Amino acid sequence: MTERSIHLVQLYPKDMNIYGDWGNTLALKRRLERYGYAVRLSDHDPGDPFPADADLLVGGGGQDSGQFRVQEDLQRIAPELRAMAADGVPLLAICGLYQLLGHEFRTASGEVLPGIGLLDATTAAGPTRLIGNIVLESPEFGTVVGYENHSGLTRLGPGQDPLGRVVKGAGNNGEDGTEGARVHHVVASYLHGSLLPKNPAVADHLIRAAVERRHGSFDAEPLDDTLAERAREAAIARPR
Amino acid sequence: MERMSRPHVRLLGQGIRYLTTLRGGGSAFPGLVMEKLHPGFVAEELAKLPHGVVVVSGTNGKTTTTKMAVQLLRAQGLKVFTNRTGSNFVRGVAAALLGEMSLTGRLDADIAVLELDEAHAVHFVKQVEPRYALLLNVMRDQLDRFGEIDTTRRMLARIAAATTGTVVLNREDPRIASLAEHVPEGTGIRWFGLSAALRPLFPSDDDMRSAGGPEAGADHEDELAPRPAAAVELSSFEANRVRLLVEGRPVETTVDLYGVYNIYNAAAALALALAVAGPDADRPALLAELSRVTPAFGRGETIEVGGRPLQLLLVKNPAGFRLSLASARPGDYATMITINDEYADGRDVSWLWDVDFHSLREGGVDVVAGTRAWDMALRLDHDEVPVREVVPGLGDALRRFVAGAGDRPMRVFCTYTSMLELRRELSRVAEVAEI
Repeated sequence: MTERSIHLVQLYPKDMNIYGDWGNTLALKRRLERYGYAVRLSDHDPGDPFPADADLLVGGGGQDSGQFRVQEDLQRIAPELRAMAADGVPLLAICGLYQLLGHEFRTASGEVLPGIGLLDATTAAGPTRLIGNIVLESPEFGTVVGYENHSGLTRLGPGQDPLGRVVKGAGNNGEDGTEGARVHHVVASYLHGSLLPKNPAVADHLIRAAVERRHGSFDAEPLDDTLAERAREAAIARPR
Repeated sequence: MERMSRPHVRLLGQGIRYLTTLRGGGSAFPGLVMEKLHPGFVAEELAKLPHGVVVVSGTNGKTTTTKMAVQLLRAQGLKVFTNRTGSNFVRGVAAALLGEMSLTGRLDADIAVLELDEAHAVHFVKQVEPRYALLLNVMRDQLDRFGEIDTTRRMLARIAAATTGTVVLNREDPRIASLAEHVPEGTGIRWFGLSAALRPLFPSDDDMRSAGGPEAGADHEDELAPRPAAAVELSSFEANRVRLLVEGRPVETTVDLYGVYNIYNAAAALALALAVAGPDADRPALLAELSRVTPAFGRGETIEVGGRPLQLLLVKNPAGFRLSLASARPGDYATMITINDEYADGRDVSWLWDVDFHSLREGGVDVVAGTRAWDMALRLDHDEVPVREVVPGLGDALRRFVAGAGDRPMRVFCTYTSMLELRRELSRVAEVAEI
């Protein structure tokens, strides 16, 4: 019997991996393996040939300097990324990469980084950082918990769905109560590091989309998520 | 309001310090009072010191390195004032000053060696120009306080720019090495560094993430770049035998500290002491003193519990945790990990995902504790490390850990506030040094 395999690709791990983004990659890899899939993990860094056979894409946060370094390469692969997203390839984008999936990111020093317009969202640096524990309610995933730390303020266009509504914390801009953005199987959010390990519902949505697209169906036995459940309860109970 | 006369302010501050000592309270409060009543107090007192002020800053190793630097300078015959309680705010320095001054207001010291965290150091150097700065490293740490690692580097650049005598820099940390450009004209630069053979033991945060996991990412592209000569270079070590190149000459000594990162900090402290002592430095005395340094509290400190050693290892960030894990064979120890997310620890525990825990897989972890015990258990599960028990309450966890350790020596990896709480718990059943 040939083992069923999923190609998991990290976008820009060298420049965009602040705040424990490795946890998201690791959660996807571990869950896929526990569901019985072999995982091929590879990196896409600036200048690399883009892996067109990717089944699942994940990218993290960066400092402004990291975002400058990847921005040009992101423009180069933008047509493929947009086509893959439209074709249902799941993508998780945290913080810095989330900002670059929108129309533009205006930095604190006034420079404008063009995005790739996959999301109808625009980001501008704000006067203070929005930092702390955050809890959302998402129509698809229920309660989503994590930690945010960003100075960029993101505004969604009129037709753009957020990932969820903020229950505790600031979210996209601290004003309109939205957090993150959703389109196709793209999940974009400011919740860093521990988003997927502590939110198995989001991880499983991405995994299901990847497996169904590659192998036709996904019907694995549910995993035991007791540890994640306890960690979620603890996180929700902590101060901002 | 009319400003109080100086001796009155100081005596008031010393009185408050005495009272807070009686109730066993916080170390910075009397300093806060001083800061309010007489804002220039700290700067005025420190300006009188004949050898000026040394600022020690950076992400990891400040407390241990400061302690070693103080000891080395004392071995050179200097009277050293330091903020040894680790209350590294300006007001902490003020409180320490009050404790050291006689009731007639004399500070009996030649030089001050102060541990300051990056943010407080920026505030401090606006009031007091340091004559020397020792800048250790910039790692991911407490990003929820400082924002980004580049922000942290900019804070250290302000310290370098304010230093009037000599800045001592870590040659192997690219963010520290690049601070040389901020050192003003007329201020000297001294380096401490590692031999080429030892550099791979210290992966930078930039090397961490790639498809193979945290360990596979090290590509030392900068290896080929020319490096400035180091005043002190750590050549090699085997257990506590340490070989150094001191101003180009090979020397050997012993350093009884736990872990390679502490031995490297010893090299940093030695480079600082040489810079302060100048050409007349008594080198044999410095090396002899190095072999007498002991760990600072919670930094590899060993406490006897029921006849067995229990070692406390403070972990604050991925690089420090990785190095602590790599410093001994985990299978030989009973292991506990305690993770709190109080303000002083950093509220964000995402950094745990940047630590590779595979080395614990074989021996497992006996107990996981702290406010974020379940996050830690979840993290270990992702590296397939077996965990025997998850007990969030620290007192309970410690008792279960000690009871279950059997004959094994014990290691506890702990965040800052959990370390303080564990020391309090341990002081009930064992001898724990006052801090």
